[in-house]
Amino acid sequence: MTKEPDVAVIGGGVVGGAIALGLARNGARVAILDEGDTAFRASRGNFALVWVQSKGFGMPDYALWSRRSADSWHELAASLAGETGIDVAHSQPGGFMLCLSQDELDKRVDAMRRLHNSRPLSDFPYEVLDHAETKRRLPAIGKDVVGSLYSPLDGHVNSLKLFRALREATVRRGVDYRPNSPVENIVPKDGGFAITGPWGEMRAGKVVLCAGLGNARLAPMVGLDAPVKPSKGQIIVTEKTEPFLHNPMVTVRQTDEGGVMIGDSQEDRGFDTVVGQPILSTMAERAVKMFPRLAGLNVVRTWSALRVMSPDGFPIYDQSESHPGAFVVTCHSGVTLAANHVLTLAPAILAGTLPESVASFTARRFHVPAHS
Amino acid sequence: MFRPIADLAAGGELSFTFDGRPMRARAGDTVAAALLVNGITACRETPVSDTPRAPYCLMGVCFDCLVVIDGIGNRQGCLVPLAEGMRIETQHGRRHLAEVAE
Repeated sequence: MTKEPDVAVIGGGVVGGAIALGLARNGARVAILDEGDTAFRASRGNFALVWVQSKGFGMPDYALWSRRSADSWHELAASLAGETGIDVAHSQPGGFMLCLSQDELDKRVDAMRRLHNSRPLSDFPYEVLDHAETKRRLPAIGKDVVGSLYSPLDGHVNSLKLFRALREATVRRGVDYRPNSPVENIVPKDGGFAITGPWGEMRAGKVVLCAGLGNARLAPMVGLDAPVKPSKGQIIVTEKTEPFLHNPMVTVRQTDEGGVMIGDSQEDRGFDTVVGQPILSTMAERAVKMFPRLAGLNVVRTWSALRVMSPDGFPIYDQSESHPGAFVVTCHSGVTLAANHVLTLAPAILAGTLPESVASFTARRFHVPAHS
Repeated sequence: MFRPIADLAAGGELSFTFDGRPMRARAGDTVAAALLVNGITACRETPVSDTPRAPYCLMGVCFDCLVVIDGIGNRQGCLVPLAEGMRIETQHGRRHLAEVAE
């Protein structure tokens, strides 16, 4: 690897790793500049869903994009296993959204109907199930589960293994991975970019911002806009137990290794990552109502992580008009969208033009004119 | 292999069993220490790779001392004081969890 890669990817999480892998597969010389262990790293704290149902309220293109990635995930998992020997435990058995009151169920069903009324989404498969039918499919549910929504499109992975597989696959493909390399400045120079930090300077022809929450600071340096903010989520994980739950829920899933993850809280608390009992106890109480046997399990660990949230919750994919060759890739569903990032977005970035299927995700959607 | 560096004999000795074998250890010791001093070099098999593990960090962090104590699985032996008559068993893989009545 020479000092000057074709593309510098800023950020080495699941998003940066996926983009770097897609670039390297298509022949680019790639360097990843990653922050150190002080980085917030949503990749290490997330819930590991490959989730489709309920996504896309207000932007049907996001539903289509999520579904396309879920469909392509089989290909991604197989190729990661082939390249690295790491099985990321991807499965797509269909996911449930369990409801603990009739009101909750009615609201969910109403939201799904509205979502499916937009024409491109009318063929998204989902079912509304009452308690008895949910119990038939998920025998471990408790009596408080009023009903559920089910979609065969939903799945999950082991996201820590995904993180590791992406690192392994990129390194094997010659990507120059540089840890402890936070980026302070990006300056357009000689048709490319000069990237600097306390570690020194790197020149690259193209630059892709995959720095999660760091993108908000970096994007304006290359004429882009990424107004992302942290959205805190807390997670509980239990001791490993016998497999009893093969399908993922939005809030509860059993990992391939046996631990049960509980979570999906959302708090607007800035960069605070403190774990708090009020939220955790509500999460635990709801989870035990959904699956009473969880009451007998010990909690091994709790943690929080910061989602990377744009103002409308959808991804931002953009290329700079003022500085061609600079791109931003940011989203809060880096696991779900990993297949698209490797297989579709990275080749497009290398070719220099983002595809029509991601046109809706430009940050220009946030620039509402003062007078219309 | 392991022996106490100080004599805490004041509390006397307790009897317990490990996988059905009768053993004795000092009152005041943890389950993990009691196993080590009895020459036990494996008290669990991991759920992921089925490899044997023995108490390691002795301070609640490593989870390598998981055992079944009086029928309850995945207990951290290093955090549980030994009690008279305890029935301690090897933790094989994941914890088996009987269905909780609703």
